[in-house]
Amino acid sequence: MTVGMNLGMPGGDNIQELSVEELRAKYGSGLEIQSEENMLLSMGPQHPSTHGVLRLLLELDGETVVNLAPDIGFLHTGIEKNMESKTYTQALVMTDRMDYLAPMSNNFGYILAVEKLLGVEVTPRAEVIRVILGELTRILSHLVWLGTSALDVAAQSVFLYCFREREYILDIYEMVAGQRMMASYFRPGGLWRDVPEEFVPAIRNFLDFFPSRIDDYEALLKENPIFHKRTKGVGVISAEDAISMGLTGPSLRGSGVNWDIRKSIPYSGYENYDFEVPLGTEGDVYSRYLCRMKEMRQSLGIIKQALDRLPDGPVQIDDRKIVPPPRSELGRSMEAVIHHFKLWTEGFKAPKGYVFQRVESPKGEFACYLRGNDTSKPARVHFRTPSYVNLASLPIMAKGLFVADLVAIIGSIDIVLGEIDR
Amino acid sequence: MGVEQKLGNMGVVTTRLEDLVNWGRTNSTWPMLFGLACCAIEMMSTQASHYDASRFGMELMRPSPRQADLMIVAGRVSRKMAPVLRRLYDQMSDPKWVIAMGDCASCGGIFNNYAIVQGVDEIVPVDVYVAGCPPRPEALLDGIMTLHEKVRGEKLQEWA
Amino acid sequence: MSNSDGLFYEKVNDAFPESIIEVVDFRGERTLVVEQAYLKDICLFLRDEEDLVCNFLEDIVADDMLPEFPRFAVNYHIYSIPKNHHIRLRVPVDDPDDGPDSVGTVWPVAYWLEMEVWDLMGITFKGNDKLRRLFLPEDWQGHPLRKDYPLGYEEVQFSFNWQAIDAKKPYAKD
Repeated sequence: MTVGMNLGMPGGDNIQELSVEELRAKYGSGLEIQSEENMLLSMGPQHPSTHGVLRLLLELDGETVVNLAPDIGFLHTGIEKNMESKTYTQALVMTDRMDYLAPMSNNFGYILAVEKLLGVEVTPRAEVIRVILGELTRILSHLVWLGTSALDVAAQSVFLYCFREREYILDIYEMVAGQRMMASYFRPGGLWRDVPEEFVPAIRNFLDFFPSRIDDYEALLKENPIFHKRTKGVGVISAEDAISMGLTGPSLRGSGVNWDIRKSIPYSGYENYDFEVPLGTEGDVYSRYLCRMKEMRQSLGIIKQALDRLPDGPVQIDDRKIVPPPRSELGRSMEAVIHHFKLWTEGFKAPKGYVFQRVESPKGEFACYLRGNDTSKPARVHFRTPSYVNLASLPIMAKGLFVADLVAIIGSIDIVLGEIDR
Repeated sequence: MGVEQKLGNMGVVTTRLEDLVNWGRTNSTWPMLFGLACCAIEMMSTQASHYDASRFGMELMRPSPRQADLMIVAGRVSRKMAPVLRRLYDQMSDPKWVIAMGDCASCGGIFNNYAIVQGVDEIVPVDVYVAGCPPRPEALLDGIMTLHEKVRGEKLQEWA
Repeated sequence: MSNSDGLFYEKVNDAFPESIIEVVDFRGERTLVVEQAYLKDICLFLRDEEDLVCNFLEDIVADDMLPEFPRFAVNYHIYSIPKNHHIRLRVPVDDPDDGPDSVGTVWPVAYWLEMEVWDLMGITFKGNDKLRRLFLPEDWQGHPLRKDYPLGYEEVQFSFNWQAIDAKKPYAKD
């Protein structure tokens, strides 16, 4: 057996000196080697097209992938454990840093789980603003996906265009939350504070210019013969396989399965919006690309409907045990001072019980399992992150293809390592 | 050359060799294409159209550590990643510099737990720390210019 | 609460009369707490029964309730795409080394999800021989999500204790 040495193999061993058995035990990562004739190659963790610190152990017959096993954990952050030592509000900031391409979607899932555990309903205005920002986040995430996955198949210029529009959305983030990426804007019981005056005109402007920008991206890729050759018929997964491997999001819908949490288990008033769920037919990289591009247009439609119905009113519920009192009350009311002090030192208490809240994040089904135990800290937080589960179907998609196709497939299932490793 | 015809006689510039080398090094610091977590996205923004790091001679991100001068540790470093990171640093050829980008790389940030190395300076020597979670692209550019200042003042013997 | 919650209970109770320990309803979610020994059969039944068709395993979550007994519990979130209904099965586990049967033969993704549970919580699954260290280095001791595993918190440096901590900090050299 030949062993292809790659940069950045963990440990510090000289890989050539180890026997095949030792190699398998140490670096095998569960790879079931088919034939001793084949070559074993470690791809990553430092590799430009694994979208982070993913390591893939490949068994290659020439240039063809015979088998592969993902090795993850190079970004394991201990977020679930760390959240158990923080109050519900403090733990919120950790959710941003899981899927850092779509921070507000993570906030959304976690906050809805906390609210479900507490049994509170937010105000209509907060609900609509959450939907607007949730859909903007979907576009934000898809823009990074489009730029980087186009880079992977050697289309360089798309990246520069995508990041130009991304800056506009990040400016909106900064406008509402004061931070470019890690907004932590959704809070238990509503939002951090109301959106500024400039928010609605800025979104209207975005709705005006963005459709033509999507046309620009499509002009670069959709009819591009090189792009077709790299993506059509590559990485095919059938609907049955996709369901049994737990694939979700646009990757699942690319195989023609009509399943979207926003339609099947609506949350935050999604049942009131009129939108379509784009479906693919082939289940290949190109279908997944088409699904995401159509999804961006649908998101624009949802944002438009939400803006038209944006009601006036408060953005936080009136429960002082959960939401801190406004600054103006602190000077007049002793009770407000007590509530403020209790909330920021101890936090609110959540009842005993466990909930599971699903949301549709840009990458698939994001779900939060939360167990409370009558204290102000969660007893157990677990995230079902779409990237982690979607990665399980990578071996099915990649078997029998070239290494260069593997790069296109990794781009098409849109993984984020922060979310995989947590 | 052609340019002399427009500008006339350009004459001779005298300088010390050290200054010339450092001037060359500051204007072509090639960073390694190596992102870890959230900060890597801001690093990509720095490279992309709006902020455009090629103004500082840094548009070439090298995926191979052998060709890179600067390692930008963009994100949190886990215990599993730490030996890999050190190995990549060792593979870079001299002269080489390290920027710890963001709170997690500088000091562990909000993740004070079993899985995260509390500051990348436990593994590799760091030249510039950039604060922020994640730092804005402007902050990273400021860190890069701080590094340039440091490089300009370096002695040739230090890398000999 | 989805309309199928009653259906789930009826069907499972008819097929496996002694399997259900408890039915928990909380915030509109129904949980069937089932015996560990019946788990795999129930999962197979849920997938193949024509009124249920639970073809999608969403997640496997392990939970550690340290002072309580039994200490561990494993939650299976199961969903049916054709019927659009969902249920949670909860399996109490006494001994993490003697865990429930693997459901990888029912839904192949379970092998992948069980690996995470074993790595972080240390619950084994009978029949899953692919369990390995996934997130942590190969030589890691212990399972961090257990309640008796420390967070590994390091003291934060402030100006008053800066030097004391700095003296112990292992700075890297060239």
